[in-house]
Amino acid sequence: MTKLDMSYAAVMGRRNEIMKQAVGIDYSAFESGGIAFDYERMMREAGYTLEEIREIQSSTGVGDTPILELKNLTALARKYAPKGKGARIFIKDEAANPSGSFKARRAANAVYHAKRHGYKGVIAATSGNYGAAVASQAAMRGLKCIIVQECYDSSMTGQPEILEKLRACEAYGAEVVQLSVGPELFYTFLVLLEETGYFNASLYTPFGIAGVETLGYELVEQFRARTGRAPDKVLITHAGGGNVTGTARGVLKAGATDTEIVGASVDLSGLHMASDHDFNRKSFTTGHTGFGIPFATWPDRADVPRNAARPLRYLDRYVLVKQGEVFYITEALAVLEGLERGPAGNTSLTAAFTVAQGMDQDQTIVVQETEYTGAGKHPMPQLSFARSNGIELLFGNPDDEKPGTNIIFPKDPSFIKVRDFDLDKARHSYIRNCVTNNKLESVSPADLKFLAEDTKSSEDYVRGVLRELGTEVK
Amino acid sequence: MERAKKGDWVQIRQTVLSPGERAPQVPEDTRKVPLLLWVKGFACADAATGEQVEIETVTGRRTKGELFAVNPRYIHDFGDFVPELLQMDMQLKKLLEEAGRDD
Repeated sequence: MTKLDMSYAAVMGRRNEIMKQAVGIDYSAFESGGIAFDYERMMREAGYTLEEIREIQSSTGVGDTPILELKNLTALARKYAPKGKGARIFIKDEAANPSGSFKARRAANAVYHAKRHGYKGVIAATSGNYGAAVASQAAMRGLKCIIVQECYDSSMTGQPEILEKLRACEAYGAEVVQLSVGPELFYTFLVLLEETGYFNASLYTPFGIAGVETLGYELVEQFRARTGRAPDKVLITHAGGGNVTGTARGVLKAGATDTEIVGASVDLSGLHMASDHDFNRKSFTTGHTGFGIPFATWPDRADVPRNAARPLRYLDRYVLVKQGEVFYITEALAVLEGLERGPAGNTSLTAAFTVAQGMDQDQTIVVQETEYTGAGKHPMPQLSFARSNGIELLFGNPDDEKPGTNIIFPKDPSFIKVRDFDLDKARHSYIRNCVTNNKLESVSPADLKFLAEDTKSSEDYVRGVLRELGTEVK
Repeated sequence: MERAKKGDWVQIRQTVLSPGERAPQVPEDTRKVPLLLWVKGFACADAATGEQVEIETVTGRRTKGELFAVNPRYIHDFGDFVPELLQMDMQLKKLLEEAGRDD
């Protein structure tokens, strides 16, 4: 056997071949040669039905998490709302899943699929809760597991939250490969996939996304049983797009077509995600704009050729909150509701606190996740780490917060706000990226139809954007 | 300097890419430093810190690198006490009392 060329360029050049082996999906079957591809067929043929997924998840104790009403937080929000306003806030306690977050849903499917197709192990590239989720599921199903995480800056100072994920993965028996900052993590990931022949438990395959559909579906089902109707709004922390996509698809499958889908991210603008210096100056490692915006405006940047997570297809509204606000609401959840969770998972809860104030008192909001908390992954270590990195902690107006320089806690809850991110701006960037990344002079009518669906807009809207870009439809 | 015996649980370090080999899209500061990798496993031979050693990981993979630590501990904890959090807690409880609990 000839020895493989393991240089960076050679391995990156083999990426499509390696991925095909490691995911077992022939993505070309869903392509039609341009921007467009058959998304729904991909989800149908490569994924599982909702019933099958519920069965798979329940066999490893995933799902069926409780919905809790946050009466005290609602009462506090009403204090700052106009008369008669202040919707009831509920939360789905996803921390009750085996590995402590909703990511167990994504992992359950991927690991089941890997086992069924004879893979000996699974690999996932993740610094987040997903690693622990894959490791936990792999332990249950007897597969080997490797988690590849970006953890340290070049001086080997680790983000406390990621160090905790390392510990959790090792606790579930996984091998953890840790890297310093940089997108070339993907090279190491490919080398490991090639070396082991394990399954790529990517966050972005149809199995992974379909795994989150049960969350949306279950939420509506439980909520109807409890209140007689679907919630008015579902608030979802948005990072790579899988949480939004999967939940929204589940909500729609439950027939709750009038429920508004609101995404929320922590505003980390100004920090570069691949910067060795900036890496330890962010106090959130997920749920932030550093993932949220790039993945919304170019989902196919993921580790699979076609990303099953396509947030613009489902978002009705996208709002940003500040780091200081999320820490404040995390404290509120603990001392007013007796639930110590998060903090990153409380991004959408922070948004809900404000969004509720603009809704009638008989309306309802469901915040669709919580996550476990512990050493490293808690406001105290995150904030003391920030302080040790020279970040100032202040009380004041969070609008003045400058990521990497300070964290501003609201002086009181009236200073908690949401800032609407213009979805048209995101749609515009996405359409432009589709044209430029595919190096197209013109787009086909099939592309036009796809773009309208993929941006939850209309063909007229897409035509308008294309005209501005100087791209014809023919 | 630490010494590991064959069979000890150790952490090794590898340089995946040297500064000159970093991907073109990485920012300036990242391009100046190497891409480093750390992984743990059982030492396949005796070694001292900084020496090359082969390890077998928990998945049974064999890989080599410079010995970095023996029985590495988890260093994360709850950090230093952050009094600002207590200030938020006290304020929140007072505000809720004023708003009236919904019991």
